[in-house]
Amino acid sequence: MSVTDVAVQETASQSRTERIVNDFSLQVATVNGSGSQTANLVLLRSIFQMGVPVSGKNMFPSNIAGLPTWYTIRASSKGYIGRKKEVDFLVAMNPETAREDVMTLPPGAAAVYDEPLKLKDLRTDVVFYPVPFDKLITPITHDAKLRRLVRNMIYDGVLSRLLSIDMGHMEKALRKQLGKKEKAVALNMSALKAGYDYAEANLPKLDPFVVEPMDKTKGLILIEGNAAAAIGCMMAGVTFVGWYPITPSSSLCESLIDYLKKYRKDPETGKATYAVIQAEDEIAALGMVVGAGWMGARAMTSTAGPGISLMAEFTGLGYYVEVPAVIFDVQRVGPSTGLPTRTAQQDVLATAILSHGDTKHPLLLPASVNECYTMAMEAFDLAERLQTPVFVLSDLDLGMNTWMSSTFDYPTKPLDRGKRLDAAALKRLGEFARYRDVDGDGIPYRTVPGDGMPAYFARGSGHNEKAQYSERADDYANNLDRLARKFETARTLVPKPDVTMARDTRIGLIGYGTTHWAIVESRDQLVADYGIDTSYLRLRAYPFTPEVGQFIDRCDRVYVVEQNRDAQMLSLLKMECTPEQFAKLRSVLHYVGLPIDGRSVTTELVKQEQVATT
Amino acid sequence: MSTEAPVQPSAPGRKVNRIGLESLAYRGSKTTLCAGCGHNAITERIIDSFFDLGIDPTQVIKLSGIGCSSKAPAYFLNSAHGFNSVHGRMPSVGTGAVVANRKMIAIGISGDGDTGAIGIGQFVHLMRRNLPIVYVIEDNGCYGLTKGQFSPTADLGSTLKTGVVNDLPPIDTCALAIELGASFVARSFSGDPKQLKAILKAAISHRGTAMIDVISPCVTFNDHEGSTKSYAYVKDHDEPLSDVSFVPFFEEISVEYDAGTTKEVTLHNGSKIMLTKMTEDYQPTDKISALRLLHETMARGEYATGILYIEPDKQDFIELLGIVDEPLAGLPESKTRPGKAALDEIMESFR
Repeated sequence: MSVTDVAVQETASQSRTERIVNDFSLQVATVNGSGSQTANLVLLRSIFQMGVPVSGKNMFPSNIAGLPTWYTIRASSKGYIGRKKEVDFLVAMNPETAREDVMTLPPGAAAVYDEPLKLKDLRTDVVFYPVPFDKLITPITHDAKLRRLVRNMIYDGVLSRLLSIDMGHMEKALRKQLGKKEKAVALNMSALKAGYDYAEANLPKLDPFVVEPMDKTKGLILIEGNAAAAIGCMMAGVTFVGWYPITPSSSLCESLIDYLKKYRKDPETGKATYAVIQAEDEIAALGMVVGAGWMGARAMTSTAGPGISLMAEFTGLGYYVEVPAVIFDVQRVGPSTGLPTRTAQQDVLATAILSHGDTKHPLLLPASVNECYTMAMEAFDLAERLQTPVFVLSDLDLGMNTWMSSTFDYPTKPLDRGKRLDAAALKRLGEFARYRDVDGDGIPYRTVPGDGMPAYFARGSGHNEKAQYSERADDYANNLDRLARKFETARTLVPKPDVTMARDTRIGLIGYGTTHWAIVESRDQLVADYGIDTSYLRLRAYPFTPEVGQFIDRCDRVYVVEQNRDAQMLSLLKMECTPEQFAKLRSVLHYVGLPIDGRSVTTELVKQEQVATT
Repeated sequence: MSTEAPVQPSAPGRKVNRIGLESLAYRGSKTTLCAGCGHNAITERIIDSFFDLGIDPTQVIKLSGIGCSSKAPAYFLNSAHGFNSVHGRMPSVGTGAVVANRKMIAIGISGDGDTGAIGIGQFVHLMRRNLPIVYVIEDNGCYGLTKGQFSPTADLGSTLKTGVVNDLPPIDTCALAIELGASFVARSFSGDPKQLKAILKAAISHRGTAMIDVISPCVTFNDHEGSTKSYAYVKDHDEPLSDVSFVPFFEEISVEYDAGTTKEVTLHNGSKIMLTKMTEDYQPTDKISALRLLHETMARGEYATGILYIEPDKQDFIELLGIVDEPLAGLPESKTRPGKAALDEIMESFR
């Protein structure tokens, strides 16, 4: 499998005699289960510590051990943290993929490789650095198992020398990764040094790529989106979690469990102020969440595509009975089992109208780890305010990869627990009718078991405003219309899009989620390489707020950039557009399982612009 | 479970329970099930049991799935919150609800299709967790609401009204529940009010999953010759395991029992059940005895009724979770949102 199959054709051969500072993509090709993650994170962190903007993306198989894995680290002085399609510097450790990995490099790239793989005769336009890993590891430890694990630290040492990554930072990063395990630190350090010394003595620098200290990461953190979302859920005061393990969402609940254990014990009794239940499947996971939400708990689950399919029936129940629930969907590639360890934005339509009958659900669309954190809190507030299931659509790229971010702010707004009936409200309203639209916003008052307020009978079957079973035409239609009114209220409450209007252009881009990072880079490329200025709107939620229509109105052509085949967000937009707006919408799509990159957006947009303007 | 509501003085001339409520306070909406349906008889016993125990109905939650049986929660305890959820998934809704508010007493009503077919997965895991809930299967061996198809508890060889013969063996929900870890398992018959009420009262007083399979003939689709869940068949083949007497914790035990034939079991809240043995060597606290009995009676085409298995001290799911004593759902922000120091510490770990 090739990660960079089109890179060769696209990058013109150019001489790289000059130094290329803090601007390259480095890829480590290994076998999964070989313990390369520590070495890769140490590398990433070292560059980060030197003040250079970085991002780390793991492309791994749906397998525990033995299949190819690629880890890509991008250093970008300009701060681009989306994927870069071309690999500039390869570390070829996997015999199975080494040949293809080398063949797909662009001219002028460099490759460190395990000497016995004999790669250097494959290309004349690539700089090769053979390293005898087995020879170097032999004197470091006699333990065969340990040898396998620390072998990867040798390439860190080699790269430290070749890319001028400070060894002091390497050691600091290693200590950060390993904690206080002094023996392990010492062992890894000797492997690191062995690599460095070997490179210093045997590998003269022939490629242009170097790392130089900058000051662009001061005060920043490195974190995965799933961990960020977990922190957000804890700060949102989650009290109930029902979940079922599924890639790529498992680490969200697993991180959450760790944080809850640490920070959510009652100080007096030491007992948990939360419950986490690993359910028997995703159906039960959401069923539990619906039960807990009905009771008044702040309840959530986290899943991915196949889990979303299974949750359809309960989502419809939550919508119709009007129970708050927060559902994280860390999207992966479908259909069906699809590519469980690859990224996509393919669940937009499925979640927006999940379940049979007339249903629609608010979606939050985080683009960054920071938004994974803030939108987790917003999702709980919205779910309780709107008394309905709310989806947060993350994806594998955001959830499982390592992103640079500013630190997260402590929330300033108190929790919004929504419209709960209390004695004062009951007196004011005269009587309790669970589904009566008292305030005209479609949101009724609710009571929960044990609160001392009047009870009602929650049911997924047809009901009137007093929650009584009803098959009457007017009861049914009135209720459904009120639910539609409630969705209009949602439109006023969800996060508004981020809009950047450029002067003197009628070309617009609409993006959402991780597509954002490719668009940021592409917009710069469009100006620099083609003189095309663009306006940009980043969607942050569904239902769409009025800003979206206004944005389309101010453009002649609007390119909706997304990571799926069927232009799912564009389809949702079309459902709400006027015919004039509709005619302006175009699609830039990316669906190969890898995160979208800026160059792909640029190339496709330019192609379509040429057609549009001739 | 809190059954300790304050004792109210009784209003003159009307029969009230120990918290001063009349039986009317335990009723629900008018039933829409067929006249003579076994389910209605079960509803009546549920009303009687909560009334007798003097449980505040506002402290109860009623749950169900889908089917004739699952309509029943609307017909009792009007002032309790109810949740008629989706087909076969009441156990998960109940799990979330009970964990979110451990103070509430939960009763779930299911059917043989709702439990044995579409819901068997959730049923299995509910039993395994020993969640504190009374789980009643109103078992008529057929799908009433879709007009009489066989359910997985229909006996091998029994026939539909149309003459169709069931050629698959039944699932014995009691044997399954015992095997899986339910701590209170009973079988009864909707036409045996005395036994059913005693079992229900014991189940409500039990802490943990109390699973009761109540054979409840479907008068419309399954009460004919050839059905093994008809009134006539069950009346003839009911083998009462023991004579069940229930004594709530707040009543003095005044009845005399012969020590040689009576087994006394104390429930978590101090209530007692007296099982006057009809079978010589039956041990309701022994899983193997219970399973043997079920297999033997089943082989004879009989239903053993009574409390089949009980493990009063088994740790329930709520204890296992180690959660706070107050309801999770009602925790204030001060207890659920960690302070800024916590966030600062977490942020520091990612630098």
